[in-house]
Amino acid sequence: MMASMLFTAEGVTKKFGGVTALDNVSMSIARGAIFGLIGPNGAGKTTFFNTLTGLYQVDQGKFTFDDKPLNVKAPHEVAQVGIARTFQNIRLFGEMSVLENVMVGRHVRTKAGAFGAIFRPPSVHREEAAIAARSHELLEYVGLAKRAGDKSRTLAYGEQRRLEIARALATDPKMIALDEPAAGMNATETIALRQLIERIAGDGITVMLIEHDMRLVMNVCQHIAVLDYGRKIADGTPAHIQKDAAVIKAYLGGAHGEPAATGEKA
Amino acid sequence: MSIDVLLQQIVNGLVVGSVYALVALGYTMVYGILQLINFAHGEVVMIGALTALVLAKWLLGAGVPPMIALLLAILIAMAVCAAVGVLVERIAYRPLRNAPRLAPLITAIGVSIFLQQIAILVFGRNYFSFPELISKTPIEIGHITINMNEIVILITSVALMAGLLWLVHNTKIGTAMRATAENQKVAGLMGIDINKIIAITFAIGSALGAIAGVMVASNYGQAHYYMGFMLGLKAFTAAVMGGIGNLWGAMVGGLILGLVENVGLIFVRGDYKDIFAFVVLVAVLIFRPQGLIGERVAERA
Amino acid sequence: MTTLVADNKKKLIAMLLLGVALLLLPIFAGFLGQAWVRILNITLLYVMLALGLNVVVGVAGLLDLGYVAFYAVGAYTWAMLASSHFNMHLPFWVLLPLGAFLAALAGLMLGAPVLKLRGDYLAIVTLGFGEIVRILMNNFDKVGLPWSDATYNITNGPRGITGIDGISFFGFNVSKGLEIFGLQLSGLQLYYYVFLVFTIISVIGVWRLQHSRLGRAWQALREDEIAAKAMGINTRNIKLAAFAFGALTGGLSGGLFAAMQGFVSPESFGLLESVMILAMVVLGGMGHIPGVILGAVLLAAMPEVIRYVADENMQHKVFGTVLIAPEVLRNLIFSLAMILIMLFKPAGLWPSPEKK
Repeated sequence: MMASMLFTAEGVTKKFGGVTALDNVSMSIARGAIFGLIGPNGAGKTTFFNTLTGLYQVDQGKFTFDDKPLNVKAPHEVAQVGIARTFQNIRLFGEMSVLENVMVGRHVRTKAGAFGAIFRPPSVHREEAAIAARSHELLEYVGLAKRAGDKSRTLAYGEQRRLEIARALATDPKMIALDEPAAGMNATETIALRQLIERIAGDGITVMLIEHDMRLVMNVCQHIAVLDYGRKIADGTPAHIQKDAAVIKAYLGGAHGEPAATGEKA
Repeated sequence: MSIDVLLQQIVNGLVVGSVYALVALGYTMVYGILQLINFAHGEVVMIGALTALVLAKWLLGAGVPPMIALLLAILIAMAVCAAVGVLVERIAYRPLRNAPRLAPLITAIGVSIFLQQIAILVFGRNYFSFPELISKTPIEIGHITINMNEIVILITSVALMAGLLWLVHNTKIGTAMRATAENQKVAGLMGIDINKIIAITFAIGSALGAIAGVMVASNYGQAHYYMGFMLGLKAFTAAVMGGIGNLWGAMVGGLILGLVENVGLIFVRGDYKDIFAFVVLVAVLIFRPQGLIGERVAERA
Repeated sequence: MTTLVADNKKKLIAMLLLGVALLLLPIFAGFLGQAWVRILNITLLYVMLALGLNVVVGVAGLLDLGYVAFYAVGAYTWAMLASSHFNMHLPFWVLLPLGAFLAALAGLMLGAPVLKLRGDYLAIVTLGFGEIVRILMNNFDKVGLPWSDATYNITNGPRGITGIDGISFFGFNVSKGLEIFGLQLSGLQLYYYVFLVFTIISVIGVWRLQHSRLGRAWQALREDEIAAKAMGINTRNIKLAAFAFGALTGGLSGGLFAAMQGFVSPESFGLLESVMILAMVVLGGMGHIPGVILGAVLLAAMPEVIRYVADENMQHKVFGTVLIAPEVLRNLIFSLAMILIMLFKPAGLWPSPEKK
């Protein structure tokens, strides 16, 4: 069983001053799965995510990724080990073209330096061509090929979300973590997003989905973990989660509940 | 080195430092609200000093008693500087509020050069001697010498800083200023006239700068069109050292800078005096990148 | 397809015309007087400096207000090792790379401690660094050691270093000028061609850097540091690379400046100089090479042109009297131009195009 797990967290605890943002959280994500991490606002989803991606150091507990301890000291090492992410409040490189945004994603899998840049030996030419080719492929994949030459800040909202995903995929991740990708999307865009997520998972990349949109999470995820007040209160299949008393209480009963999210729960 | 020398340099440092602090407040207030380095602030200080100087000389010549001449000169200089500050904001900064970050910095530099040239046209290139309106006869306290002029500088700066803190924390305008610094959009939605608050901020900062300019001119006994440059540079350094955008930071940074410069003189030749400021700044920022007291804005991860 | 070929043909012709114009420029300027040739040369140096700073500020987004310090390192390296000051006369092919290398080293020294700083903090620290270098140049004419009374004269202080060797190769001294096909070329005119070669190399180098894996990483850093890190970019390393590369270009220009001028002093390397180079980058169009070149040419040449227009004779003709000292009028117009350009073109005169 464990061998098929790509990612596990064991007893992760993180405190800020006196506040315990994460309290002994454990979870595991199977290879190739679409995994959902949900919870009301302030439940600790983002903290968990930032801890895993090296922005904060854990106080206790450990992460394992791809059968090795995940022990990142700087955020840039995370992409190296094979975890790519998108951001809740889209963070594209606005003045760069759509294509260039994706090409930046290839950075971590390529190696030309300053010398190569200036003197451009054949190896660098080949590398550049490969970067451009792969980036074009990814733009096709997310349906943005036509916008390749535009500055990324000129894209529509939904397009920006998809570009972020393409950029993350360019790092050849084993796992892609999507931080509220459906936020601000309309129904049509959300359906397209769902298809994209399923396609990514179908191509063998594990997806970790942090999301508020219950419909999306319930429809697309095979496994869901629920956080509340920094603790994991439930863990299981969508069907299981929907019936879980603690989850229903957290979403309906809590003072910090989210009417919008519960309203959409189907 | 005797302890007397050290004490003497500490006193000198506090006097210079309180002037740095006043100028630094002008930088930090503007930065707090607009995230803009108002490069022209040093020139505003210079204009304040020269305006007051010319007026004071004229009033003295007309037979006005020195204290009244000084007060009148300072008040008018404050008004002139406030007007200059507000005008500069209106013309050179406001249209660029949503422009690329470096654009207003370049206009600020342009304004700085422009104001210097205007000062040359109005006042000339000479070094003017500042009349001794407050006695500079040395007073001995123990082994330390200080003069009335320096005492007045110290007391006035402390009073002004206390006044500013009171204004910012206890008045309606102060609350509006803090709200604008925190989040312009939200402050606007709450019915605060952002443009007015920013103009007021410039006016207050510039008026404080005018007083600081007079202090420097009276302390060194001279003023010239180029005096704003180094003074502005050091005051800005002080503001950054304390934690830019933070009023307390500007005050603490100014005082520390004044102290370091003057105490440092005991150990190193005067030629290197201007280096201290920057060496200390670099050291502080390496160990506390957000400045000694800390920034106004917490960066969100 | 045919239009593409036609376009390329047009481009080629334009390039050729530009090339011929650049080659003939110093000869025409020479007719007006050698002072104009000097202005051309200084303009080329500024183009190189602006290109170097553009890598740091325009491409990588690191605000550097002390850039002139690297120019100074290059100039003083040349001045000290190719003059009678230390009685050393090293050849240019040692000095130019050495100056560039030392400047790059200085860039790393500046870069390492300020890596964590951002935006305006970086600006003020780099500004301080520039001032420190200038003050050291001013005072290193009497460097003492704690254990002895002897002092050493390293930089000759505010007096500067004079009698600096020009560039010479194979026994031919560029400063002396040359007669070729009956055409008399002065030393300054020859320097123009030397500078032109280095400028072209800089343009190509900077362009290639910008359009490379490293260049993209720099731009990503400029646009969003957190997202750049999430893409696996080691921002610390590429920041250092940007500082080092910018400094290298500055150092190279500094060496060339010392060789042409024959004289260096701390006065040439003040804060205003750094500010001016930054203004060239921003006014022209940050991160866009043609824009940056335009900015450099404009700001380097504008004061000289205004000097001519604002000159006393001209004022006499127009107003019948000298209203404003020419120097003041020049700076007034200059500063107003800076303000107006930014107000009406906040992204610069020639920013990078919307579509690539």
